[in-house]
Amino acid sequence: MFPARFDYHRATTVDDALRLLGEHPGAKLLAGGHSLIPMMKLRLAMPEVLIDVGRVSELKGIEREEGKIYVGALTTHAELAASEVLAAHCPILAEAASKIADPAVRNKGTIGGNVAHADPASDLPAVLVATGAVIHLKGRRQRQVKAADFFTGLLATDLGEDEILTRIEIPDLHGRSGHAGSAYLKYEHPASGYAICGAAAVVKKNADGTCAAASLALNGVSATPFDAARVCRELIGAPLDDAVIRQAVNDHLHVGDPLSDVYASGLYRAELAKVYGRRALRLARDRAR
Amino acid sequence: MGVIGSSIKRREDPALITGRGRYTDDLSLPGMLHAVIVRSPHAHARIVSIDAAAARAAEGVVAVYDGRDLVPGGEIKGVPTGWLLPDLKVPVHPLLAVDRVRYVGDGVAVVVAESRYAARDAADLVEVEYEPLPAVVDPAKATADGAPRIHDEAPENVAFDWQLGDREKTDAAFAAATKVARLKLRNNRLIPHAVEPRACLADYDPTSGELTLRMTSQNPHVHRLLMHLASMGLPEHKMRIIAPEVGGGFGSKIHHYPDEAITAWCAINLKRPVKWTATRSEANLTDAHGRDHATTAELALDDGGRILGLRVETYAAMGAYLSTFAASVPTYLYGTLLSGQYDIPAIHVHVYGVFTNTTPVDAYRGAGRPEATFVVERLMDAAAEVCGLDPAAIRRRNFVPPEKFPYPTQVALEYDSGNYEPALDKALELAGYDALREAQKAARDDPKKPLIGIGLSSYIEACGLAPSQVVGALGAQAGLWESAKIRVQPSGSVTVYTGSSAHGQGHHTTFAQIVADKLGIDPEQVEVVHGDTEKVQFGMGTYGSRSAAVGGSAIATATDKVVAKARKIAAHLLEAAEEDVVFDPAADGGPAFHVRGVPDKRQGWGDVVLQAYLAHNYPDDLEPGLEETSFYNPSNFVYPFGTHVAVVEIDRETGEVRLARYVAVDDCGNQINPMIVAGQVHGGIAQGVGQALWEQAVYDDSGQLVTGTLLDYAVPRAHNLPSFETDHTVTPCPHNPLGVKGIGEAGTIASPAAVVNAVVDALKPYGVNHLDMPITPEKVWRAIHLKGAL
Ligand SMILES: Cc1cc2nc3c(=O)[nH]c(=O)nc-3n(C[C@H](O)[C@H](O)[C@H](O)COP(=O)(O)OP(=O)(O)OC[C@H]3O[C@@H](n4cnc5c(N)ncnc54)[C@H](O)[C@@H]3O)c2cc1C
Repeated sequence: MFPARFDYHRATTVDDALRLLGEHPGAKLLAGGHSLIPMMKLRLAMPEVLIDVGRVSELKGIEREEGKIYVGALTTHAELAASEVLAAHCPILAEAASKIADPAVRNKGTIGGNVAHADPASDLPAVLVATGAVIHLKGRRQRQVKAADFFTGLLATDLGEDEILTRIEIPDLHGRSGHAGSAYLKYEHPASGYAICGAAAVVKKNADGTCAAASLALNGVSATPFDAARVCRELIGAPLDDAVIRQAVNDHLHVGDPLSDVYASGLYRAELAKVYGRRALRLARDRAR
Repeated sequence: MGVIGSSIKRREDPALITGRGRYTDDLSLPGMLHAVIVRSPHAHARIVSIDAAAARAAEGVVAVYDGRDLVPGGEIKGVPTGWLLPDLKVPVHPLLAVDRVRYVGDGVAVVVAESRYAARDAADLVEVEYEPLPAVVDPAKATADGAPRIHDEAPENVAFDWQLGDREKTDAAFAAATKVARLKLRNNRLIPHAVEPRACLADYDPTSGELTLRMTSQNPHVHRLLMHLASMGLPEHKMRIIAPEVGGGFGSKIHHYPDEAITAWCAINLKRPVKWTATRSEANLTDAHGRDHATTAELALDDGGRILGLRVETYAAMGAYLSTFAASVPTYLYGTLLSGQYDIPAIHVHVYGVFTNTTPVDAYRGAGRPEATFVVERLMDAAAEVCGLDPAAIRRRNFVPPEKFPYPTQVALEYDSGNYEPALDKALELAGYDALREAQKAARDDPKKPLIGIGLSSYIEACGLAPSQVVGALGAQAGLWESAKIRVQPSGSVTVYTGSSAHGQGHHTTFAQIVADKLGIDPEQVEVVHGDTEKVQFGMGTYGSRSAAVGGSAIATATDKVVAKARKIAAHLLEAAEEDVVFDPAADGGPAFHVRGVPDKRQGWGDVVLQAYLAHNYPDDLEPGLEETSFYNPSNFVYPFGTHVAVVEIDRETGEVRLARYVAVDDCGNQINPMIVAGQVHGGIAQGVGQALWEQAVYDDSGQLVTGTLLDYAVPRAHNLPSFETDHTVTPCPHNPLGVKGIGEAGTIASPAAVVNAVVDALKPYGVNHLDMPITPEKVWRAIHLKGAL
């Protein structure tokens, strides 16, 4: 496992990193290195220059301001899983992060790297789609992209070559109108531990128990997180019993172009999406208050 | 309780778990170069040309060699195979491919450079032009008309066509049968995955002509012999092979691969030390794989569920070349085990060893015996179904009864001892079998609950490889005895030299226990030395669950010789007749010799030992010194056995299988160190469960290994497994001095069938009678939801 030759620069600030990106076209940012380095070792990626942003402190940390949570790109999966802010205001992100691989990976891997890498089998992308997160990017200018629009294809995103993902903004799930329930369920590949199917659901209930709002997105089943918005539209205003959820999922959760490999076919993944989607919605409903 | 039978902690572990183990790749020598082997990306292709000019010109590169530089002939004869069968086709296996590559990973060139990075970078610069040829990867298809021919020496791709047992008698049994159970089985191909990849470091001294090769070996002497006989041609006394710390093998480090010969050749040619270490992906492509059988098996029974006969036909993949012991695995380690624990009056087995464009296949933990057990134990469940009997009942009905031992099977073995029913009973009791069946019934009727399945596997194993006369008659070119030398130092501490080379088994602990127990000394007084052809007398190595049964017996025998010699010295010191002197290792005040009936007339062990070296007033017929060697040749295999019970829960909606419980009752005879026995059982079960549920080397039709990395190839992990419930019965081996039987492979042999039986049992309501391993959730889901559309 010997990567091809590369040059290494360590950035001290976001602007420093942007400057280095400008100076070295084709350079790759290095965060936790737990997606990039394995690819380099297999020589599936051979960047000539790495720009290490691992010590850029302005990219770290989790904060809550005015009903929004801001997660710095460099926040590790372990920090997400242990965050009190997330436990109180966006538990689904902590739940998903805790299901990533093993402690070694969680201690190094970052949310920014995870999202920028856009592996369809990753755990965080669907969570960001389901929670309505917004991705903050900085290049020559700053811009913000909805998570639902950010992922454009297999390992492809809206991120420009000269841009850095700085932070992720997530609406507080536990507003004054009650606690939304949320759940992330994962069926993991027995070898890689990545998601064959990961279902992220968020459900808000009205006082009478009917559905006020719902969202459901899935990892692992398609090239980009699958947004089951049609299922959720169906649920709004409906009583959230098992039969209703089952009906909505059966009628409206159709993964058009499912991923397929030697381990799990497209046909099977499409079915998993339904089962896991249903279960995640049910669990989110049970957790809503 | 003596030292034997106590669970003392493994003495080798402190170094290993604190990172102080010194493995081959940790070693370096002054002036050392690094080799990287350029490997074929094609499963089958003609080599049109190799252009290494750019690689040679690259920075740091010292040399690039290809197959024409290392052509077999003269001294180099290629890589040998070590087990011959009648009419075995043995194609030449060159060190580097000369004009044709036959699997993805076949070596075509070697780059030697000042650093590993330089060698790796330059490997990409070696331009090999290939003309791809059609490939065949499935053993069941390799013999079909029109299949591509892999070797001119084997026109039909058949390496051997081998039979055992009595065909006519078996046909007659089937003619008389009222019930027949029939299964088509695929035994999935596995990649060994030792934690430490293969590696070697070759150092040649041109003045003395001596080659020192440090390498990942389970059997350094065997490697040296094979390298002398074939690949290197150097005389043995000019070759020293050292196995430093070795990080697991599971069989994959028994075999002689081209890689160590290539590296040694480079070191000799360049007169500088050369190191080669496989990357993980390279190991997955080139370590000999295991299993890969396609089998049709039938069991003939009478109305009462008594077995009348067994018929088996197997296509066993050999891969692209015959690896060291390849031909023995699906024949003498497989066909001979097909009687299982059962009294079967007629058996016939027909095996075709088949070349395919895949990595060579050879011994992998269990080697042949897991495959045989899978056939027998799957058939027993199928037979239970056909006969309307409980799986436990049909096994009980057909066990070889205790009074029939020694029991000659229809397939060449004589089981020396066994008592199968108590192990079954104990396993069923531990599992709570009847309650489980109740729970299963209740769960079947409640769609909210997962399906429950219960699977049994009553296995037998022939191990302790191997009685030399028996295997010699079966076609082995070598007897598989083991050696031990016991050197008692003047101060009474002991050095044990064993030919059984450890790579994780705990030899430093158990072997010390054997000696300490016999001599009545502290195990800390005993040092165990192995894995160096210059320090240790010739020995056969570690595999086939042989270390305790054969290596340990050699140690016991040599220790007995030491005591006998010491007794002579004690008699001299006590001025008594030798036959009147007895040794009491557990005497008050420490081990001592005394005159029979007169415990006060004694000489302590330490005094006797010291006098062995201070000898100055000995009688003429007494030699000084205290050091004895034994070459122990077992008279039979040892036959551990037991019953395992797996309990699975299946998610009806997704097909996910959860191994809920696993109960194992094993009989390995006397246990030297029960903790180490348990460790072997646990590891073995995990590996077998891995085969049943997760592991598979998948080749696509073009011969690419699709599951070549740990991202795709799933080895078992702790969090996928329940806590195992283990127990044992003790039926000592009657023919070795310790009464021990091997336990290193038992778990791997028993567990695949137990797990598959459990899954199939759970799926009975859906009319499922078999699923191939690995049983992925998708296969289960299809069986439940898309009946028949597998
Ligand atoms: C054994 C193993 C198992 C794993 N299992 C899982 C799993 O189950 N689920 C899961 O979700 N993930 C899994 N991962 C991946 C892990 O989560 C990675 O850490 C993550 O995907 C990438 O984050 P990173 O910080 O390591 O990024 P890096 O590897 O450093 O970078 C990944 C990519 O993102 C880019 N990048 C990084 N940071 C930024 C930024 N701030 N702005 C713009 N671009 C950036 C890099 O240039 C690179 O292209 C696993 C990884 C390993 C090694």
